[in-house]
Amino acid sequence: MLKKDNFEAEIQNDVMQHRKQTEITLAILRIAVGWHFLFEGLVKVFNPAWTSRAYLLDSGGWFRNFFYWIAGNQAVLNASDFLNAWGLTFIGLAMVLGFLSRYAAAAGIFLLSLYYLSHPPFPGITYLFPSDGSYFVVNKTLIEGLLLLLIYQYPAEEVIGIKRIMFKK
Amino acid sequence: MNQEKDKNKGISRRDMLAGLAAIPVLGAIGYGLWSHQDEKASKKVNGLPEMDFSAVAAVPALVDGPEIRVGVVGVGGRGGYLMKALGFVHPDRIDDWKLKGEKDVFWQHYLNDFLHQENLNVKITAVCDVFEKNANRAIMMGANVHRNGKDGPQGDAPVRFNTYQELVSSDLVDAVIIATPDHLHVPVALAAAKNGKHVYCEKPLSWTVEETFEVRNVVKESNIVFQLGHQGRQTESYQVARSMIAKNLIGKISLIEVCTNRNDPNGAWVYDIDPEANEQTIDWKQFIGPAPWHPFSLERFFRWRCWWDYSTGLSGDLFTHEFDAMNQILGLGIPQSAMASGGIYFYKDGRTVPDVLNMAFEYPDKDLTLLYSATLSSEKNRGKAIMGHDAWMELDENLTIFLDPRSTQYKQQIEKGLLEPNKPIYSYVPGQGKVDAITTPTEKYFAGRGLLYTYRDGKAVDTTHLHLREWLNCIRLNNGTQPSCNIDQAFEEAISAHMGTISYHEGRRTYWDKEKEIII
Repeated sequence: MLKKDNFEAEIQNDVMQHRKQTEITLAILRIAVGWHFLFEGLVKVFNPAWTSRAYLLDSGGWFRNFFYWIAGNQAVLNASDFLNAWGLTFIGLAMVLGFLSRYAAAAGIFLLSLYYLSHPPFPGITYLFPSDGSYFVVNKTLIEGLLLLLIYQYPAEEVIGIKRIMFKK
Repeated sequence: MNQEKDKNKGISRRDMLAGLAAIPVLGAIGYGLWSHQDEKASKKVNGLPEMDFSAVAAVPALVDGPEIRVGVVGVGGRGGYLMKALGFVHPDRIDDWKLKGEKDVFWQHYLNDFLHQENLNVKITAVCDVFEKNANRAIMMGANVHRNGKDGPQGDAPVRFNTYQELVSSDLVDAVIIATPDHLHVPVALAAAKNGKHVYCEKPLSWTVEETFEVRNVVKESNIVFQLGHQGRQTESYQVARSMIAKNLIGKISLIEVCTNRNDPNGAWVYDIDPEANEQTIDWKQFIGPAPWHPFSLERFFRWRCWWDYSTGLSGDLFTHEFDAMNQILGLGIPQSAMASGGIYFYKDGRTVPDVLNMAFEYPDKDLTLLYSATLSSEKNRGKAIMGHDAWMELDENLTIFLDPRSTQYKQQIEKGLLEPNKPIYSYVPGQGKVDAITTPTEKYFAGRGLLYTYRDGKAVDTTHLHLREWLNCIRLNNGTQPSCNIDQAFEEAISAHMGTISYHEGRRTYWDKEKEIII
């Protein structure tokens, strides 16, 4: 009996240990993706000349006309630049701090989907911007989006993040 | 109280550490951001000075004042365009744009831009044209004060005068726009100035050398506000180019190359002949004016630019645009000498003006040559190029400065790899309101291809509108202020063009005697 108990306890311990490692990994993942968003956002926020116009004009694929429309319309372009820069910043901040990460992840998925749709890496669509690698259907944007999906499901804010302090109250 | 204390005890030191573990991350990102900005800034310090031209982009405010009553002499193609720039088009055109706009968003924007073009507080009170149809259309245009279609309410119709002499002496008119053929610019301008009417005259200023002096004197002696119709004066990129060159960004300039490249009949002045035109509907004698007599000819009437009898050819019609741009940017003034050659090589249609023309203007006091090369039968794109020892500037609506590999000024930056020779180092795109040193590959890429030129944000303002606006502002200021393309600038434009034309005619180099003010 005692032996079996020990065995179960050991397994449970193993499971707990493993779970803890997973959670820490997930939290690190969340902070890393948040870091990327936050930095991208702040660089844009601090550069008043920054505009997505050139990027949008280089759009390809099925939705390109929508992105051209944004680029061609000053008011819409200004709004989209503003929302993009500050959106990235707040999404990044939330994920780094571990606070409202699920909302941030959802918003991040939305933004990345737009990036993906404006430059889908499909054969036959060419872009003026040189790409930093070779892609077919799957690119880094898509993968970062999928990571956000994981973060949405397991934000691990209770492991590393402000939520941990709030949780304990 | 006690309970709360207990709760707080629930947060262990571990929790606190894990909870706030992200704070140092923020610090790291802050550092990264700071060094990123710093790197950008240092690139500019080491490489190139930063330019800020935000002031250029602003549209000057309209000066307050009474409504200005405008008479238009010559209401054909260009006259009609000038009226549009003032806010007046024929109701048919509004209907037409509306119809086209239903299918094509471009025309929607076009109509919208026109409807939103600022009201300049002018009234077209008089029109004059030797062709009845043009005059009648212009009456409808002038009456369309509300920018309506045919069904909308119209305002007071302008009066049609049969001669420009009657128009310029009429009490109905404060200011006159001249959009006649070249040979009538000065006669109308003289009559207007003598009647104290302000003048906006289409380019070129004059048709002959003698009248150029006369019109300058008369305008200067009068109190009128004079603007020559080089709307390029309002082009942002030229204004930016001027300040960049003043800052010595491209080094000592030795050669400027400007060109005209057109390749269609319209561009070669073979305009359509209106089927309604005939001896009854055209006042031929008035059209001839100071020109040598010739029997009635529809071809000569509509395609007048093809004959020296009414035209100033490539030099007056198209070189003057280029000259005025360079005169604006560099303050060139009249060259010391001009040498021209060319011929009628493609359009053997009976014209007397050449369709290929090359002219070299020397400025020994400025150590530079201005080269003009034109053909009306090739559209090979040759922009304006200002060649300095350190860099060259290519100029159209956009402005790009390319680094010369042998530059002295930028030698160190080139050696350190901070700047790449033959690549753009500055680019300016109108509407963006700023000049930036090119630091990222993206910017280089787009600037290099001139792709950013697609800028059409629906807010782009017509330069002709701005040019007229400047003229109207000066009239309302009423304190002696003259617009940017004033009579002195106009004089320099006309004399330079005439020097080229005389050189072409006589097959010799012509010189400008600065002291005596004569072409020899």
